[in-house]
Amino acid sequence: MTDTMILDRLNAVKPAEERGAPLLEISHLRKEYDGVPALRDISLRIDKQEVVVVLGPSGCGKSTLLRCMNGLERIQAGEILLDGGVLTTEKTDWRLIRQKIGMVFQSYELFPHMTVLENILLGPLKVQKRKRKEAETAARVLLERVGLYEKRTAFPRQLSGGQKQRAAIIRALVMEPEIMLFDEITAALDPEMVREVLDVMLELARSRMTMVIVTHEMQFAKAAADRIVFMDEGEVVEDSPPGDFFVKPKTERARRFLNIFQF
Amino acid sequence: MGYMVDTAFIVKFTPLYIEAMGLVLELCFFGVLFSLIIGLFCAIVRYYRIPVLRSAAGVYIELSRNTPLVIQLFFLYFGLPRVGITFDSFTCAVTGLSFLGGSYMAEAFRGGLEAIGRGQIESGLSIGLSRSQLVRYVALPQALAVAAPALGANVIFLLKETSVVSIVALADLMSLAKDLIGLYYKTNEALLMLVAGYLILLLPLSGLFRFAERRLRYAGFGN
Ligand SMILES: Nc1ncnc2c1ncn2[C@@H]1O[C@H](COP(=O)(O)OP(=O)(O)OP(=O)(O)O)[C@@H](O)[C@H]1O
Ligand SMILES: [Mg+2]
Repeated sequence: MTDTMILDRLNAVKPAEERGAPLLEISHLRKEYDGVPALRDISLRIDKQEVVVVLGPSGCGKSTLLRCMNGLERIQAGEILLDGGVLTTEKTDWRLIRQKIGMVFQSYELFPHMTVLENILLGPLKVQKRKRKEAETAARVLLERVGLYEKRTAFPRQLSGGQKQRAAIIRALVMEPEIMLFDEITAALDPEMVREVLDVMLELARSRMTMVIVTHEMQFAKAAADRIVFMDEGEVVEDSPPGDFFVKPKTERARRFLNIFQF
Repeated sequence: MGYMVDTAFIVKFTPLYIEAMGLVLELCFFGVLFSLIIGLFCAIVRYYRIPVLRSAAGVYIELSRNTPLVIQLFFLYFGLPRVGITFDSFTCAVTGLSFLGGSYMAEAFRGGLEAIGRGQIESGLSIGLSRSQLVRYVALPQALAVAAPALGANVIFLLKETSVVSIVALADLMSLAKDLIGLYYKTNEALLMLVAGYLILLLPLSGLFRFAERRLRYAGFGN
């Protein structure tokens, strides 16, 4: 594969006709920790190319929901389907599934003993067994896109929080996932670095990457989301377009939640 | 009171001491090697809570930590032949040292593995790494850096523990000194050479470990 082909593939905006087909479907998901429910009865559908922002008060189960989506948590009841295939059977090969589901964490979790480039290439080389040259080209394209190519030989400890988070995003993106999960990835950042990371996510949204984003950045949610999912106490309380949710929330719980952010 | 050190005695028996030092080094080398293998295995089995193996490792560690090396060697050298299993002295000594050292190394490795946050493991999983890839590429390199000081201390501990292997009829430094004292009554010279022998072995080793430890600290992981 030539550089331009890789570049085209990585920069490609996904064709619009795919839009609207369900990619991830969750039905009646229940998750307990030691008998205490964290997710009570979640049903949620995420379509291809959709950007879904999950909002809700602390402890309502947002992280738990994302973690269930890529098998980091064992669930007690319900079903998760990716592209029509059931993920929640005993035989599920999560190694395969996780290559299609990219996840970025609040605390970056870059591998501290590897350079930025080594962090990014680990998955493509060891998991996907891709050719080094091709993987390096893909990594370069992506690093250039987020302005980190100069930092490829740096270790995580030599980067700012914003740079670390951008590198972590690239580590997930280089696997060419079908969907990306973001769990409060700007929450640990200094205010001046939040922007650079949000910009990367906005750009991804424009290239029609399917994304589920947990965040407390309301302005960003308004700008990026196709849909807002509002959760409280382990349940999906509202599921509506941002225009509706922010202007005229249907429930008292959502109104109270939004009021906190008014000030 | 002038006491003249018998230099002729020292010169005469230096080759024997060097030979004994060689033996101690050899024992230590194999003992450490097998200890590391056993320790790593136990640590990984316990870290991943692999059923059966994990409890077996637990029992082994308790047993190994709570019996002195002398008793372990005694069992290997005098006990096993009674049921028809015989090892030569060297094999006995290495087996004993490995049995003892394995549990210490296991605890050192485990400390290192447990210092790795859950987030590191989860981010490894989320790019699709298998369990064994996780150990190899994510957990072990970080665990080694954390465990290095404890591992180094264990090597020195094992080297000192070789001083009891005379029980299985090996001519290590300790037994050589004892024999020479018994034969020639040159207590001062024999002990002087004993101390010198151990220092020559231990000092460079601990210096090396201190250096390595500093280097690892400077490498200063941490996200
Ligand atoms: N490993 C765990 N063991 C036990 N309880 C847990 C565990 N993880 C989460 N919980 C509980 O599950 C509930 C949901 O937690 P979760 O982390 O998903 O909330 P969240 O919406 O992500 O909150 P935040 O906004 O603070 O990140 C909480 O009540 C929490 O205490
Ligand atoms: Mg959370």
